[in-house]
Amino acid sequence: MSLLEIEKLTVSIGRTPILKGVDLSIEEGEVLGLVGESGSGKSMTALTVMRLLPHAMRAAGRVTFDGIDILAAPEAAMNRLRGDDIGMVFQEPMTALNPVKTIGEQVAEGIRWHTGASRAEAEETARKILDRVGLPAQKFPLSRFPHELSGGQRQRVVIAIACALKPKLLIADEPTTALDVVLQAQILDLLRDLVDERRMGLLLISHDLAVVADMADRITVMRHGEVMETGETGRTLTEQAHPYTRQLARASTHVPARAGPPAPETGKTPLLEVASVVKDYAGRRASLFARPAPFRAVDDVSFALGEGQSVALVGRSGCGKSTLARMILALDRPTGGAIRLDGIEVNALAEAALKPSRRKMQVVFQDPYGSFDPRHKVERLVAEPLHLMEKQPSAAERRDMVAAALAEVGLAPKDMDKYPHEFSGGQRQRISIARAIITRPKLVVADEPVSALDVSIRAQILDLFADLNGRLGVAYLFITHDLTVARAITDQVMVMHDGRIVERGRTAEVLDNPQSDAAKALVEAAPDLSRALARRLAGRE
Amino acid sequence: MSEVPVPHEAPPPASLLRQAFANRSFLTGFVITALIAAMALASFVWTPFDITHLIVADRMKAPSWQHPFGTDHFGRDILSMIMIGSRNSIAVAVVAVGIGMAVGVPLGCWAAARGGWVDEALMRFNDVVFAFPALLSAVMITAIFGPGAVNAIVAIGIFNVPVFARVARAGALSLWPREYVLAARAAGKGKVLITLEHILPNIASMLLVQGTIQFALGILAEAGLSYLGLGAQPPMPSWGRMLFDAQTRMMVAPYQAIFPGLAIVVTVLGLNLLGDGLRDVLDPRLRRER
Repeated sequence: MSLLEIEKLTVSIGRTPILKGVDLSIEEGEVLGLVGESGSGKSMTALTVMRLLPHAMRAAGRVTFDGIDILAAPEAAMNRLRGDDIGMVFQEPMTALNPVKTIGEQVAEGIRWHTGASRAEAEETARKILDRVGLPAQKFPLSRFPHELSGGQRQRVVIAIACALKPKLLIADEPTTALDVVLQAQILDLLRDLVDERRMGLLLISHDLAVVADMADRITVMRHGEVMETGETGRTLTEQAHPYTRQLARASTHVPARAGPPAPETGKTPLLEVASVVKDYAGRRASLFARPAPFRAVDDVSFALGEGQSVALVGRSGCGKSTLARMILALDRPTGGAIRLDGIEVNALAEAALKPSRRKMQVVFQDPYGSFDPRHKVERLVAEPLHLMEKQPSAAERRDMVAAALAEVGLAPKDMDKYPHEFSGGQRQRISIARAIITRPKLVVADEPVSALDVSIRAQILDLFADLNGRLGVAYLFITHDLTVARAITDQVMVMHDGRIVERGRTAEVLDNPQSDAAKALVEAAPDLSRALARRLAGRE
Repeated sequence: MSEVPVPHEAPPPASLLRQAFANRSFLTGFVITALIAAMALASFVWTPFDITHLIVADRMKAPSWQHPFGTDHFGRDILSMIMIGSRNSIAVAVVAVGIGMAVGVPLGCWAAARGGWVDEALMRFNDVVFAFPALLSAVMITAIFGPGAVNAIVAIGIFNVPVFARVARAGALSLWPREYVLAARAAGKGKVLITLEHILPNIASMLLVQGTIQFALGILAEAGLSYLGLGAQPPMPSWGRMLFDAQTRMMVAPYQAIFPGLAIVVTVLGLNLLGDGLRDVLDPRLRRER
């Protein structure tokens, strides 16, 4: 008898099926990886087990947890189960915690509710479990509020809440997707240790095959609400018997075909030159009258980027890479140093004089949902940078240019009359790229452009970037914490840590043989499908 | 990554209208407001009786088929007076909300776009205006500059300014760090253009909701001022003035006070329901929770 058994589970809204006959099971102490792309029904499966499905959804089939028929259990019984025998870890540590309650209260809350323990007892247990997840009470007293913790620390609190009562089953829905690679590795380690220590079952939901390959004993691959394949992780991922599994694995290690890097030009002024740039932010005041000590987000950064070059700026979250990008785009002014685009010092120019320089550089953001005004049609959104042209195009010319830009990124000209919410995430990112290239810029700064996308969509967008680089000769500055992206698409890489560039060089060399500690940590923590599989196979022999 | 919540979608307009009319409080509010507006418009071309013509023989008549709401102490038809009075109430409220929006929204947007000391100074000034009880200060203003519809409008309008400034600033501040605004800045658009193209359309719904609420408050304030004799002057009828005239005869002719009072209550209720319904329909977060 398995710990959790799901048989022929179907979930539907009205007549639209969401899950179509899902079967899966988890034993005690086993890690099951549930893999699939957005909309494949992974999260819905998890929510069914918790019986937390949105109201309009109907579930049918059989879900047995520890001998209890979940779908038939009364709500009161489910309340006893949730947070006690089944714990859940959510993706977004920012929103999974209540901002007005201390972490101690939030961990103790469940303990008191389930065990009827007194406040003091519950707090004692809370202290122990927080200590176990790496937040010792000496450094992180129970009276801390969530906003006083970093993203990784918050996720530890969420795990502490889920594990406080020694659940038999832990459900982790994309627990590390919002974190950078180093934190991801730490959180995954913690989960693995907890599973080993307490013989919990773990349902690990992820879109990232590499993460699952490292963690799970068995994996289940889902697509469109159906289970494609289930099996032992190592065998499933090496044999790739099912075509969809193969497709996913290929996409996650996809490297776009690229022409060789342009010959380094000598003697010519580089396209972009960043010289000893510094950015200070006002820090927190220690007292009302004390002058706040400034926080240095970017510290003496210098580099140059030639025409048509593709450079990656990698680093952990909070290392200052996005601040640097904003200064290059002249959205923020540096505290010190100079940024030159084609020899013109952009940081010294007034907004009006910036126009010619802005024409040469554009931006692609991470969030395909947040980068468009929801009230404008695609035509207007893509045409926005045309504002920079010296001669404003006529309405007909404008439509032609938008159509050409859309064609360039693989969308149809008729798409320009739609609103952004009519597109999927990948399509929106294409629109975002169309907007960036419509003025034929020489430089595109892309801030985590693919990290919000599914692996197969990500592969397509990377192809598009590579293609545009080859055809239009656009230079890229790729900001990312994902080394596979850096490896796939860039010639040069710079590693940033605490506001400084600590290492730079050719992408392959730096990533294969990192020298600085920061780079080593990044490379080591980065999930890598082939390495994970190699480790797994070596472990078995 | 999976199931990213889709923030702030703009649904196609047709379904928005259908949703609006499916919302009970919006529908009720809309019908009431439309009726009041129709009544005000109708009064320009037709009223049951001519209220400038005093018929002393008909004075103090209780409600009857001829005078459904009765007549006042000069023999004027109360229904006709309420109809004409609604013109005054609506006009004052419209202009007062207009003043509040026309001054407050640009100020709020400017404060949000400019930031720094401009923001600080504007908002502290706002706080100061807010700190005065609006009606009391309106009384003071009309007392200084003399009673009359125009002064009442200005006085009520001034106290609408900080409300709209605050709402506009709060909305704009939450939009400025959005990536689409950053993209617009990278496209070289200035603050004015970005405010016009991206900020205003996205805070319009908030302003609209606030507008209906301020409109209701404006009607109340006008009634209050004219009750004190500081609003529209006779012979122009106004709801507040009618209440004042009726109060000495409350015991003998309660209908003289009841009907203007009801007119105020129903109008304010209608506008509040309309505002509530609009907020539910326009705010995607509230809509989903329903």
